[in-house]
Amino acid sequence: MSQPAAQEQVARYGAAASIGTVFTKFRKFLRRRPTLAFLLCAPLLGLVIGLIVYPFFYSIWLSLLNKKETRFVELANYLFLFKRDTFWMVVRQSVLFTLTAVFFKALIGFIMAHLIDAIPTHRQRLWRGLALIPWVMPPALSTLGWWWIFDPSHSAFNWILHTFFGTSVPWLSETFWARFCVILVNIWWGTPFFLIMYLAALKSVPANLYEAASIDGANAWQKLIYVTIPMLRNIIAITMLFSTIVTFANFDIVRVLTMGGPRNTTHLFSTYAFSLGIMSGDIPLGACVSLFMFPVLAVAAFFILRNVRQRVREI
Amino acid sequence: MIRKAFSFKHMQQNRRWALILAYFFLIVFIIFFLFPPYYMLVTSFKTNQEISSVKGIPWIINQAPTLFHYKNLLINTHFLTFFKNTVIVTIFTVAISMTISILAAYSLSRMRFFGSALLATGVFLTYLVPETLLFIPLFKVLGKLGLLNSKWALVLVYPTLAVPFCTWIMIGYFGSIPKALDEAALIDGARWYQMLFRVFIPVAMPGIIAATIFAFTISWANFLYPLAFVYSNEEMVLTVGTVTTLIRGDVYHWGGLMAGALLAAAPPVIIYAFLMDYYISGLTAGAVKN
Repeated sequence: MSQPAAQEQVARYGAAASIGTVFTKFRKFLRRRPTLAFLLCAPLLGLVIGLIVYPFFYSIWLSLLNKKETRFVELANYLFLFKRDTFWMVVRQSVLFTLTAVFFKALIGFIMAHLIDAIPTHRQRLWRGLALIPWVMPPALSTLGWWWIFDPSHSAFNWILHTFFGTSVPWLSETFWARFCVILVNIWWGTPFFLIMYLAALKSVPANLYEAASIDGANAWQKLIYVTIPMLRNIIAITMLFSTIVTFANFDIVRVLTMGGPRNTTHLFSTYAFSLGIMSGDIPLGACVSLFMFPVLAVAAFFILRNVRQRVREI
Repeated sequence: MIRKAFSFKHMQQNRRWALILAYFFLIVFIIFFLFPPYYMLVTSFKTNQEISSVKGIPWIINQAPTLFHYKNLLINTHFLTFFKNTVIVTIFTVAISMTISILAAYSLSRMRFFGSALLATGVFLTYLVPETLLFIPLFKVLGKLGLLNSKWALVLVYPTLAVPFCTWIMIGYFGSIPKALDEAALIDGARWYQMLFRVFIPVAMPGIIAATIFAFTISWANFLYPLAFVYSNEEMVLTVGTVTTLIRGDVYHWGGLMAGALLAAAPPVIIYAFLMDYYISGLTAGAVKN
């Protein structure tokens, strides 16, 4: 359907008649557009409304019922959770988990992006490829590997500690270390995302900015503070916001590594909701716990949307 | 003149040291990144006897390597059933997700109807909704539909995770196609589906590959939904099957477990190895494009 083909058609059928039909077709097409456009979006709308919007409101309704889902109990489930220490521990652990993990993922990702950017271009592909492997493996399965690494008696880490220092660490059975482990695994899994985003952003910083800074006598540190970080500010912000959502709602790692233990101290909202709602069968209470994630997610989503809109306007 | 030469040499030396340092720290980080898969691989080739003994360096294979765990996995467990189920679920999820999102992205990037701008924003917002927010109501919904403990439940719910992102990046790719191209096609008398199949899909192929890889990864790797919605071995998929059924009692069959986890993780890693650039462009497109 290229230009020569069109010309051929015109020559074959006679110019006047052909232009006439093309125009009617064009007009017809335009007239049909809104209906057609809507029909093309209908499957998407059906999916979003039926399996995302409706379940969300259904979840709010569920959270207002009693355990057997026979009676409307208003906010009793929420008030019940407020009185439980475990719930507040989940709140604190989720916040600690998210802040620590996102901070270190961003930091390590930033450092690694610079390291990869510093080596010759033809070698970068290989290193970037290797660094992305943790992100590519299904997290539930790679966490199984970590679980084995943290095994108390056969642990690869404990072997070093035992052989050289004569001690060992109860990685997953002591609160502090269990929290350390779930955060470590999350950092391991999520850093490549930051690395890729920052590396792509670094490549887009115009080289002449650095040249200008060099001429002005800036050292490497000053270039970082006054050129790189201001240029990358937007992408740093949006990557951290994205990661905040994913980390805060994380499920796989804690579920496989500790199942929330020891004594519920590593539970996040998602794993706590799972153990209450699916394992113990108290659907309303589980729905209630998972809905507590919503405010945090909504705030992060608000800022992401604002950031994306701003960028659309700049273009 | 001499000074200049000296400072040039000095700079070159500096640069070499910077490069050596960069490589050194890169290697440290890469060891951290690759240690778990390496350790899984090493364990999967060890004999049970070696795994359970506390003597010897655990980081390497001390005795003769064995394929016992892999053979055992394929013959004596439900691993192949899990694999088959995952493949079925993934094929359907990818096909459904890509159909829905290509049609919608085509419409949202080129046509207008009442509320279409709002819908585009809505798609982006649903992309930010995590699976963990909705699994409890979905559990009830699937129960009502009679789909609990069926792999088809996963085919129904996985597109909710893949479609928003795929649509979002496809809007970006379709939006970057010059309008002159579809005007030319229109003048040639192309209908909407001809325009979609002959112009948009071929031109936006890199985006389609990136979106397909994303949908594939989502449905291959998801853990929460099968854990919540599927119970029996016949309907189980790889992620949950490997984590739950290969652990028998409190004696951990570490060798088999690691072999299973590696085999289950292999397809996404292999696809990534071949299509790395598409994978990365999809990863960055979600936040950078549009």
